[in-house]
Amino acid sequence: MRHLLLCLLLCLALPALASEETLNIAIVKQERPTVQRTSPLDDIVIDEGLAGARLGLSDIMTTGRFTGQRFKLTERTFSQDADPAALVATLAEDGIRFIVSVADATSTAVIAHAADAIGIVVLNTQASDDDLRNEVCSKNLLHTIPSRAMLADGLAQYLVLKRWKRWFLVAGRHPGDKLLAEAFRRAARKFGADISIEKEWTFLPGNARADTGHVSLQSEIPSFTQVADYDVLIVADETNEFGDYFDGRTFRPRPVAGTHGLMATGWSPVNEQWGATQLQNRFMRQTKRRMTAVDYAAWAAIRSIGEAAFRSKSPDPEKISAYLRGSDFLLSGFKGLGQSFRSWDGQMRQPILIAGPRLLVSASPQAGFLHRNSELDTLGQDREESQCKF
Amino acid sequence: MQVLRFSTLAVFLAGSSFAQAETIYVSNEQDNTVSIIDGSSLQVTRTIAVGRRPRGLALSRDSKKLFVAVGDDNRIDIVDLESRQAEGSIPSGSDPEFFAVHPDGKRLFIANEDDNQVSIVDLQENTIAQEIEVGVEPEGVGVSHDGRMAVATSETTSMIHVIDTESLELIDNVLVDTRPRAVQFSSDDKQIWVSSELRGTVSVYDSATREPLAKVHFEIPGVSRELVQAVGIQLSPDGSRAYVALGPANRVAEIDAKTFKVLRMYLVGQRVWHIALSSDGKRLYTANGNSSDVTVIDLEQQTPVKSIGVGRSPWGIVVGP
Repeated sequence: MRHLLLCLLLCLALPALASEETLNIAIVKQERPTVQRTSPLDDIVIDEGLAGARLGLSDIMTTGRFTGQRFKLTERTFSQDADPAALVATLAEDGIRFIVSVADATSTAVIAHAADAIGIVVLNTQASDDDLRNEVCSKNLLHTIPSRAMLADGLAQYLVLKRWKRWFLVAGRHPGDKLLAEAFRRAARKFGADISIEKEWTFLPGNARADTGHVSLQSEIPSFTQVADYDVLIVADETNEFGDYFDGRTFRPRPVAGTHGLMATGWSPVNEQWGATQLQNRFMRQTKRRMTAVDYAAWAAIRSIGEAAFRSKSPDPEKISAYLRGSDFLLSGFKGLGQSFRSWDGQMRQPILIAGPRLLVSASPQAGFLHRNSELDTLGQDREESQCKF
Repeated sequence: MQVLRFSTLAVFLAGSSFAQAETIYVSNEQDNTVSIIDGSSLQVTRTIAVGRRPRGLALSRDSKKLFVAVGDDNRIDIVDLESRQAEGSIPSGSDPEFFAVHPDGKRLFIANEDDNQVSIVDLQENTIAQEIEVGVEPEGVGVSHDGRMAVATSETTSMIHVIDTESLELIDNVLVDTRPRAVQFSSDDKQIWVSSELRGTVSVYDSATREPLAKVHFEIPGVSRELVQAVGIQLSPDGSRAYVALGPANRVAEIDAKTFKVLRMYLVGQRVWHIALSSDGKRLYTANGNSSDVTVIDLEQQTPVKSIGVGRSPWGIVVGP
């Protein structure tokens, strides 16, 4: 009844906008093997990214009702080893001009390449690989998920501010862990920290939740971390295999940061600053679980397309796409500073949250890390460092 | 610096010893309290416990009550200004952040941040009389002085929603700059002023046609553009000036309300949210969220003259008798 009333009111208020064109957006998600939970508190997530995009759609449809613009979201998944290029071609036939991609770096690059040939804009919401923003960049590829360099720089600024400058770096066995470790090394050089010790975590993933699993960890972790003194243990474990084991078990009483402990991330359920409570509440009401960084990136991607459509007052994908990349674009992303896309590599500039397990600890850029244009560009590859050539 | 500030203060106090028989009320978002500042001594004279997360504040038309939006308790508390105690509350709908008292004194227009609606409360019946659906995350509310129009901003939709206060119908929705916060009618009701937090601008619209009349930008040497975020607006009753709180830029801008030119910037405490003029228009009080204080600006001398420590995270501020 309320909706009917609303419609009546709007129809009266918006007589000039009777003819509406629908903007078609697709989200494509690569299936992933089920991840073993390390903590009983971890949510089981099967719709990561999709749920964020659905909330973004609901947000822009509310605004669209007032501006007389309509949006439609088409959801597609593909199996982990499938070639998504054919999927892109099918979507193009359906009139899709914007694809939100929830996939690993390899598949994201394939999607971007296939989309480029037929004038589709792709928004990457999962792959944090720096090469997608550099050597493998593409003019039609935008990124709402932060790059590894941004995450590492965001954490480094906070740790340097704390004067926790001697780092003990522990990286996992996966390629992503190694790339993240490299991003931490780059951040240490950039902000004047010192990686005094490095170790690789080579054990196969176990099940810490086995009965008395904590007993073996209580002896394994101290011996693994019995190294020369350091200020903070930096862990690079993107697939969540072992990072949770360190805090409270290290040989020395030192904090843990990185992918676990003090987490550097694009989004965290603990953020309720800058009006984020409302976004978290809307997501929880809709999805019945907490919002992850990938959900947030997918939400931001859909909201960005919507914002560009509202501001350019146009259903024309060319105009929307030009506005997205332009200097006037600004997304309100509940992180305190306006977010926009870097012209040199398509990365969304945005604050990096430094999240504790239960509360937000800080957000970077930290005060005092200056930049001639935008302090957000102290995070990740700046224009001069970028290897991206469109 | 300390000496300089002290001497300025001494001059100021000497120059205005007859001063303001007025009272300043400040909501402390993190402390769940309202601080009461005596306008003559500029001292905190009382701290009143209210509901959780107090933000928006307004006085009743007879100035005998203070309404305090306590978002986490989903209600508006009523503080009796004689007894100086919270005495009762008003239903507000979910998560009230900001609201305005209609000039008839009988109704409140409330932005329900979590529910995408504006609630209109009948103060005599103490009930929600009507709910109006607006954009995502309604934030600021303003009511015209003649009482005919109300305007709400929606932060995520980035719109102002114009409401006919008689029919309680939406009469217009206007896309404005990103993350709009405060909205206020000019004293002659001919203009609507709205601040944009993330764009860092204030836009002025014609109330009748909703056509844009002007947009004010703020540039502060040495402060990055992203930190210049326009939040609270205070228009002077004589229509000559507009004051705008610039959030994390830690400044308040003074604008010529006729030419829309920025005249000067006042350095205030950290993350200034809302601001209020004294009854004689000679002082401006600012609620500074991150430094937990109130800055007093002497508008005749054109300088900040005092910082008054209040509770944690002051947000809303109003001046009463």
